[in-house]
Amino acid sequence: MSDFSTWDILRNLLLAARWTVVLSIVSFIGGGLLGIVLLFMRIGKFKAARIFARYYVELFQGTPLLMQLFLAFFGLGLFGINVPAWLAAGLALIFWSAAFLMEIWRGCVDAIAKGQWEASASLGMGYLQQMRYVILPQAIRIAVPPTVGFSVQVVKGTALTSIIGFVELSKAGTIVTNATFQPFTVYGFVALIYFALCWPLSKSSQVLERKLNVAHRNH
Amino acid sequence: MAYQFDFTDVILKGIAITVELTIVGGLVGVSLGILCAWARALGPKWVRPIVAAYLELIRNTPFMIQLFFIFFGLPSTGLHLNELVAANIAMVINLGAYSAEIIRAGIQATPRGQFEAGASLAMSPIQTFRHVILVPSLQRIWPALSSQVIIVMLGSAVVSQIAAEDLTFASNFIQSRTFRAFEAYFLTTLVYLLLAILLRAAMRGIGAIIFPRRRRA
Repeated sequence: MSDFSTWDILRNLLLAARWTVVLSIVSFIGGGLLGIVLLFMRIGKFKAARIFARYYVELFQGTPLLMQLFLAFFGLGLFGINVPAWLAAGLALIFWSAAFLMEIWRGCVDAIAKGQWEASASLGMGYLQQMRYVILPQAIRIAVPPTVGFSVQVVKGTALTSIIGFVELSKAGTIVTNATFQPFTVYGFVALIYFALCWPLSKSSQVLERKLNVAHRNH
Repeated sequence: MAYQFDFTDVILKGIAITVELTIVGGLVGVSLGILCAWARALGPKWVRPIVAAYLELIRNTPFMIQLFFIFFGLPSTGLHLNELVAANIAMVINLGAYSAEIIRAGIQATPRGQFEAGASLAMSPIQTFRHVILVPSLQRIWPALSSQVIIVMLGSAVVSQIAAEDLTFASNFIQSRTFRAFEAYFLTTLVYLLLAILLRAAMRGIGAIIFPRRRRA
């Protein structure tokens, strides 16, 4: 058996952390795109679409992410599709983050005063024009800080994909622990790497909130 | 089929443990959160950075890693915990940090006059906090706090990974006995959904009891 130096442990963890980063980015962008579609369904004119979007959010916010991962991993297999861990992980995280992002953004659109809708309607704007020129420019300003804040949840959510066998930072932590028998050091490092990924995001979310709020108040 | 499996006991035990974790985590965690929120917003100067470090560390690392650190990491310092104790501690520490930030927002939204009014009645800062500030602060952030408790309840699914026999553990157990993965996980997911809905109703009920006056629908 070869000996592991502290540097060996850290190096292996950092190599695995790349996959945490990749999976986070894919899930966040994919979830964002799906979230936009859901958002337009939720605030749109069609009742069926509104109801669908509402229950979608209820379902994904009311069940554990871990269960969603299990269902994606084992459930799709039921239909004879062989799902690799990375695909199940990506899909589940995209669906999960779409639900949360949609709910965040809906709050931001709701925060725009009703008069803005009425004013733009009285100028003869159609629904898409109202959205494009009046509502979204204001809503996006409110939406940026909580959206950046949610990206922290996505990074932390990727840790669960280790349970269905996707090798990222947490899984690497377990593997390295099994090889070195130094759980204290290894999980300490794992926690620090997650912290290094997440802390800048949550700090910038706070800073953005302060900045954009000030701008908002000066209007 | 000539044989039949009965997993009612496993599932009921799983539900009981998930509920137990949520109740302990909720009560002790929110208490810890109130303490930390007080320390962070109004506490002595030297305590504030320590509490801030605790909050930032917990809020920026995954629950699963915290759990693994407590269960697998701490024994090498001589502190051995069984899986249920470790799960409970992790829940409390996690919810403590999140609820502290939420409650702090409620405290900071308190008008200055409330503090001054308390002081002018010769209340000590702690008395002012206890009798004047705390309840309206909690009322202000109760919806956010309820959501956080639900999120932590759903997050408790991870404790199955250290072999605490919660609901997810039960579904893994059934899956490994029957190879009926989809059925097992689908059923469990529905139970979680039901628990989440019940918990939201319970939090609303608790809110109605604690904040009887000026209750808004």
